[in-house]
Amino acid sequence: MLARKVKALKRQIVESQIWTSMFRHGYEETPRNRVLQIMANVWLHLHPPKIRRHAIRLRFTWCMGGITFLLFLILTVTGVVLMFYYRPVGEYAYADMKYLEFDVPFGMLMRNMHRWAAHGMVITVWLHMFRVFMTGSYKPPREFNWVVGVILLTLTLLLSFTGYLLPWDQLSIWAVTVGTNMARATPLLGHEGPFADVVGVTPRYDARAFLLGGSIVGPPTLLRFYVLHCIFLPILASLFMIVHFWRIRKDGGLSGPL
Amino acid sequence: MAERDPKGVHGGEARLPPARVTGAGGERQPASGLAGSGGQASAMDATIWSRRDIFSLAGWAGFLGVLGASALAFTRFMFPRVLFEPSPTFRAGPPEEYPAGSVSERWKKDQRVWIVRQEDGSFYSILAICTHLGCTPNWFQAEDKFKCPCHGSGFKRSGINFEGPAPRPLERIKITLSDDGQLVVDKSVKFRYELGEWERPGAKLKV
Repeated sequence: MLARKVKALKRQIVESQIWTSMFRHGYEETPRNRVLQIMANVWLHLHPPKIRRHAIRLRFTWCMGGITFLLFLILTVTGVVLMFYYRPVGEYAYADMKYLEFDVPFGMLMRNMHRWAAHGMVITVWLHMFRVFMTGSYKPPREFNWVVGVILLTLTLLLSFTGYLLPWDQLSIWAVTVGTNMARATPLLGHEGPFADVVGVTPRYDARAFLLGGSIVGPPTLLRFYVLHCIFLPILASLFMIVHFWRIRKDGGLSGPL
Repeated sequence: MAERDPKGVHGGEARLPPARVTGAGGERQPASGLAGSGGQASAMDATIWSRRDIFSLAGWAGFLGVLGASALAFTRFMFPRVLFEPSPTFRAGPPEEYPAGSVSERWKKDQRVWIVRQEDGSFYSILAICTHLGCTPNWFQAEDKFKCPCHGSGFKRSGINFEGPAPRPLERIKITLSDDGQLVVDKSVKFRYELGEWERPGAKLKV
């Protein structure tokens, strides 16, 4: 009796205009569809349909690339969650960080997940690179993917550096002051670097001022680093990651054991 | 387009078979006894400047031009005209407040600047940033030297380094007299000894 009612309700839903407008036809459980579900699945697609035995051995890969990607996903999700409270404004940033830490429900969890995953990602990226180097996986035909990996390493470090400023406390302000002082010495583009007088860059108009939005680490720097940290660098990193993962397959899967 | 149409302008030459006009043949055309300019024009016509090439080139030039101009505009966009930062200049009071032969620490805490008055009454000001790693040195009257607490760099009263890891003398900054007789220090104008800049106008103030 109940089963028939449920069945009738199901048919009513499936045949409704709302349902049929979204799903134009059914998805029958045939062997062909079941194969397609696996073959066309974007997540399973990260691994090829067939992989060699050594490629799934933890001792060979340490799973470091995969862990790095997982940490990136965690950082994306928790980062977006933090954006609901954090304001990248000089007057508010530090207070919002404290607010998240001590008052917002689960705020401390979100902030700490973001923080520890960020630390972790920097570590796992280096370990991944170390593994790839030690197994000789940078050699042809994978040399292009090694270069993409080096770019991704740089982007990871830049994400870490830009995120470091956002708590807007003394530690982060002075760390970024020291870090961006290096931009003074950029060849051609830094006012204390080689050929600065040839190009005509000044403290007011050089690579460091471009990064800081002025001549000191101030509120314009905070806003600039926030945009870089939340929009520019993650999108850039995602694009390179897509190429990175795609090239693993195109270059013949994981390299063999030495 | 008409001038590049061989049939329209250069009657006779139009009979040249296309094969002879292509490639390196362009240079050889005048030798065949035909009018030089006409032969070259039709040669060009068949080699680089086809209508499709011009449109393609114009399209790419426009696209890349807009892209380049946007990049330049964005670069300029990132350097605002007005900065909401503390002013690099400050007024340091009348010269009489500084006795001859003294190193004044009066502005060190607020402005990170020493004002030195020499025995002859002239002024120079030193930026209190160690040239080693950017700490703030201290002035020791008894030893007549600046000493950095971080790594022990020492500088003479002139600002010249003589001990410790500092690679070069302390930087001097611009010091002038305002219309109403006050000292004005401008931290945005620096004078570096190793570049011979301490002799420049503004590095020293004679009162």
